[in-house]
Amino acid sequence: MSTTLHKADTRGHADHGWLNSFFSFSFAGYYNPQRVQFGVLRVLNDDRVAGGRGFGSHPHDNMEIISIPLEGSLAHEDNLGHKEIVSAGEVQVMSTGKGVFHSEYNNSPDQPVEFLQIWVFPNKLNVTPRYDQVRLDPRKGHNALQQLIYPYPGPAGSTTALAGTTTAPTGTTTTPTGSTTAPAGGSWIYQDAWFHMGTFDAGRKIGYQLKKPGNGIYLFVIDGAFLYNGQRLETRDALGITDVDSIDIEAAEQGSRILIMDVPMKNNIQ
Amino acid sequence: MDANAPIGPTPVNILVIGRDRPILEVIERLINAHEGWHATITETEEPAIQAITQKKYAIAFVSAGLSAQEEEALRKKLTTIDPNIVVARHYGGGSGLLENEILGILKKQQQ
Repeated sequence: MSTTLHKADTRGHADHGWLNSFFSFSFAGYYNPQRVQFGVLRVLNDDRVAGGRGFGSHPHDNMEIISIPLEGSLAHEDNLGHKEIVSAGEVQVMSTGKGVFHSEYNNSPDQPVEFLQIWVFPNKLNVTPRYDQVRLDPRKGHNALQQLIYPYPGPAGSTTALAGTTTAPTGTTTTPTGSTTAPAGGSWIYQDAWFHMGTFDAGRKIGYQLKKPGNGIYLFVIDGAFLYNGQRLETRDALGITDVDSIDIEAAEQGSRILIMDVPMKNNIQ
Repeated sequence: MDANAPIGPTPVNILVIGRDRPILEVIERLINAHEGWHATITETEEPAIQAITQKKYAIAFVSAGLSAQEEEALRKKLTTIDPNIVVARHYGGGSGLLENEILGILKKQQQ
């Protein structure tokens, strides 16, 4: 087993006034050769955007982008015709594939929006761009891990989502797009990656089994604190773990929330 | 680190090859907005090969629309002409990642 600790206060940081960002991995002007990526996980930005501000239209390609609002709402628009509001309690997923232009603005004129922006290298290039948004059931994420992201389930499990990519927004759903193959919920990306999130009472023990050999786990503490192998992870600390089959963690404070990202350590592009 | 600190000889010439013209134009604008960096964009391989025979490029970015096989074939052609050019995939015009990819490559070239 191998572990890499990223304490919250060692992350990259940029404060532009309207945007206050902490970078878990090298981004923009923050470059640390020791922190470029964790396997296929390339970007984990902890962003706070002032009311009425945001990111104007810009392109991406061949990147899986997952946004998790923690407080407030984002107003999303893209050149595929989607115009959506993504709020805390929801997850936004974009497979940018052969290219998409989008903007993300704070939906509030005066209250900040806080969200995690996560970019994952895909295992398939130049796919038709796709947009999806799912609403999380808070009951399922209390003292349990709730699935947010799972791998592309194949054509049989993706009809709904693909149909919504170019012609109509899929909108906010409470059911998984690939529900036949992923009954636990969430949305899918073009990568053998699984994300889970949960909020736990103090003292709760959580076991997690990795989904695929060769994957590693990146634990990111959103709120509160957790214990792993005697190591205490505080709010916004992260721990990368490789060469394990399963892990056990414990919530160290009431209402501790964690994001578990189970990702390939090597990209196998199809 | 200071993102604006000059790294290596300037200007740093950067070639970008991709099939999506609007994305290429954004990448070109972002690169050229950085002092000391200069972009050349092309949608096809032939002008890219011509470009590196005429001028020294530090980086060739492979952008949207090229398959992994096309990327590999291009890499072979470009590095045959200039073994020092770094051929890397870029993932769109998001300025944060673009700047960081360039900084990372230039840092490695310095070592």
